[in-house]
Amino acid sequence: MSEVALRTAPAVQATLRRRLTENQVAVLGVMILAGILAVIIALPLWALLSKSFQNDSGAFVGLANFIRYFSTPTLIASLFNSLFVAAVSTAIVVPLAFVYAYGLTRSCMPAKGIFYGIALLPIFAPSLLSALSLLYIFGNQGFLKSVLMGASIYGPIGIIVAEVLYCFPHAFLILATALALADGRLYEAAAALGTSRARVFRTITLPGARYGVISAIFIVFTLVVTDFGIPKVIGGQYSVLATDAYKQVVGQQNFPMGAVVGVILLVPAALAFLVDRIAERKQVALLSARAVPFEPKPEWGRDLAFLAYAVVIGGLIVATYGVAVWASFIRYWPYNLSLTLDNYIFENVEPSGWEPYSNSLQMAASAAVIGTGLVFSGAYLIEKMKVFPIGRALVHFLAMLPMAVPGLVLGLGYVFFFNASWNPLNILYGTLTVLVVNTIAHFYTVAHITALTALKQIDQEFEAVSASLKVPFWRTFSRVTVPICLPAILDIAVYIFVNALTTVSAVIFLYGPGTKLASIAIVHMDEAGAIASAAAMATTIMATAITVKFVHLALNYFVFERLQAWRKR
Amino acid sequence: MTDEVAVPFLRIENLSKRFGVFTALRDINLEVRRGEFVCFLGPSGCGKTTLLRAIAGLDFQDEGRIEIGGRDVSRAPPAERDFGIVFQSYALFPNLTVAQNVAYGLVNRRHSRDEINRRVTELLALVGLPDQGKKYPIQLSGGQQQRVALARALATSPGLLLLDEPLSALDAKVRVRLRDEIRALQKRLGVTTIMVTHDQEEALAMADRIVVMNQGVIEQVGDPAEIYRAPATPFVADFVGHMTFLDAVVVGPQRVRVGALELDVADDGLLPAGAPVRLAMRPEDVRTRSITTETPNRFEARVDTISFLGSFCRARLSPTVSPETSIAADFSTNAMRDLGITEGDIRTVAFPPEALRVFAAPTARAS
Repeated sequence: MSEVALRTAPAVQATLRRRLTENQVAVLGVMILAGILAVIIALPLWALLSKSFQNDSGAFVGLANFIRYFSTPTLIASLFNSLFVAAVSTAIVVPLAFVYAYGLTRSCMPAKGIFYGIALLPIFAPSLLSALSLLYIFGNQGFLKSVLMGASIYGPIGIIVAEVLYCFPHAFLILATALALADGRLYEAAAALGTSRARVFRTITLPGARYGVISAIFIVFTLVVTDFGIPKVIGGQYSVLATDAYKQVVGQQNFPMGAVVGVILLVPAALAFLVDRIAERKQVALLSARAVPFEPKPEWGRDLAFLAYAVVIGGLIVATYGVAVWASFIRYWPYNLSLTLDNYIFENVEPSGWEPYSNSLQMAASAAVIGTGLVFSGAYLIEKMKVFPIGRALVHFLAMLPMAVPGLVLGLGYVFFFNASWNPLNILYGTLTVLVVNTIAHFYTVAHITALTALKQIDQEFEAVSASLKVPFWRTFSRVTVPICLPAILDIAVYIFVNALTTVSAVIFLYGPGTKLASIAIVHMDEAGAIASAAAMATTIMATAITVKFVHLALNYFVFERLQAWRKR
Repeated sequence: MTDEVAVPFLRIENLSKRFGVFTALRDINLEVRRGEFVCFLGPSGCGKTTLLRAIAGLDFQDEGRIEIGGRDVSRAPPAERDFGIVFQSYALFPNLTVAQNVAYGLVNRRHSRDEINRRVTELLALVGLPDQGKKYPIQLSGGQQQRVALARALATSPGLLLLDEPLSALDAKVRVRLRDEIRALQKRLGVTTIMVTHDQEEALAMADRIVVMNQGVIEQVGDPAEIYRAPATPFVADFVGHMTFLDAVVVGPQRVRVGALELDVADDGLLPAGAPVRLAMRPEDVRTRSITTETPNRFEARVDTISFLGSFCRARLSPTVSPETSIAADFSTNAMRDLGITEGDIRTVAFPPEALRVFAAPTARAS
């Protein structure tokens, strides 16, 4: 019969030899990945930890640095300052974001898409843009300075307001996700029993979203404690942990004390990470497979109230960022409000001119391309290859680690690791390469989780099928897995790109002459008093990030919805 | 040719597999002849899929040997084993067309494009999907997708076809049609086939031989009629088909007692008098017609309930001499009409001695 005609013994023989290496390729891939992650994540952290137990000359001194830290009143004061602003910011932003997210998920208010986008606006700008805005509004020349009734925006008030703006999208995203996961059957049962609205909220809505709330509280708290840009710009004399670390390392070259501050910063972040992991696991368990998604019904009173609320909050966000954008085009705030592009001629205030911006683009693009490739193929190896379980577990652990490490701490670790005289990699210090590597490491976890989620959704048997057809896994990876996961891959690339553009905290320790980034230039221009130029650079970054996001949305729409027929029936 | 028949195509020896403390497979021994269609049948968690994956090399056994086509492949990765596989989820590549899916394993085997196209056309015709090659999997129905998966698995002409619950995700009607088609195709191609299923009807209808598994061990291997008529263990009796179990005691050679009822059995399992046993019988073996005074195991029973099940009715009977005993009996709709059986009737029924199976009673198990 002709079915048997193509059966060729040599083909089986040939694959015999090659398949031997196929498993080895997978093992080798896992080993290389573990090596890379060790160098870009584990070793810098190790360098930081060990440095905190050493003196200037590198000798082990036990807890001496920590004892010195806790017996220096000014340093202790920063610790309490950090905790204070973080606690107050969290207490403000979580309820604000909760109501906003509730309106968008549980009411039928109009224009949800627009308000969703507005809530995310701060993500696309460097954190210090909100602080710059506040300077224009409430600063010494601010048009609303009188509102503060003599108090200064420089200090805790400014930090808290700016952090609230900056953290809002992070809290909002977590809470919106938690509130969107509701089982409609519970609400129908409650309605059938004639339950009052307050009781429904207390007994169904809140318990359903409680893990999201817990997660949001910890994430926001950590973001504030570890943020560097805002206190740098608007903190004035009010010092916090993040600015202390910068001063110790960059100002005083006191590396051991910088390391101690780094280790202290690690505590809330690691705690938040643990809580977030636990909360996420519980949140998923809440929704059974048989749950019916909750669909809100129109109710004009409630919908109008939430719309009004969203207009106020969204309006404040747009207004704040809008002021900074507007101010960047103003000749001389607040005395000469005529429009100009002078502030965008950065050569006037910064010797490097526009170079930081092109550095940023280059860095962000490289990090996005290389990082996405690394993250996705790494996630594929550990999710789909069944070889070398210990190696895969190690890779997964290393990939999850950066989430628990604030950018500033990772940056410090990089200083201690990549700047060490014994390290042959120290030739990279100050180059664009180290900035790229650091950025990939910094944002590895979220990208990794995105890739894993996408990979888990595709059929678990593809690799088994290819093996039975004698097709090596890397061929199936490129021919099937990557095309299927293209939307997720694009998500990862855009995520890394936008964050690489806006991040300040990690890279501030790592740039060199000729590799200054735009976000760092903003800090420097602000330090030099050129606030308008700082605002202009921040505006440029924000515009770039938003443009990239729109291109992303357009690609999603035109390529994935229209051209890839196989995604739709 | 005689040599090929003598040497089993697949030989499994002393295979064991554990997941932590859970033993998935315990000392499995099995031989499959060339061209045979074998079903692994059992409840979920019985180890049937684990055994299939061990044969494919997708999961390795802890101990034991696997030989395919006379070659020891115990430690060989899947690509070194000569098999095609079809999964319950179809596992079709969604971004490739039907033709590209079928050609997937052919492309890297140094065949010319024409040769591949011809082969794909031939295979699609074989599974009854000519002219569907340009469509994407999502544009096909579940049954059509499973046919494509079958064509893809057969494309490289493997010596062994593995089917992992291939019909479980399909609607009842499609399932029956496709199972007949798969069986016909398998006979035509003569490819040695192993199918995993938890559906006893599927196994009975398709297999040359059935391997009934439970808790990691093989309970019985036999052809469908053997498995159905002569289940080797109470588990097989219970799992395959419907069975009434009655507690009984051996009272003599080929004689048991259930309550106040004494019955002849064809095979008493050589158990001594006084031994507690479990008596098993199929509902369809209860006779109601042409019973004479010569008919053995004849007794009066009351019809307690009748459930209408379409082509037949299932009644619950209790012997008048021991009303606490409840026996399931199936009567065809014809018999129901001809004999006018209604609830509450007292009828004379009989158990053919050869239809009664006697098992040694397990320790304290309620019927």
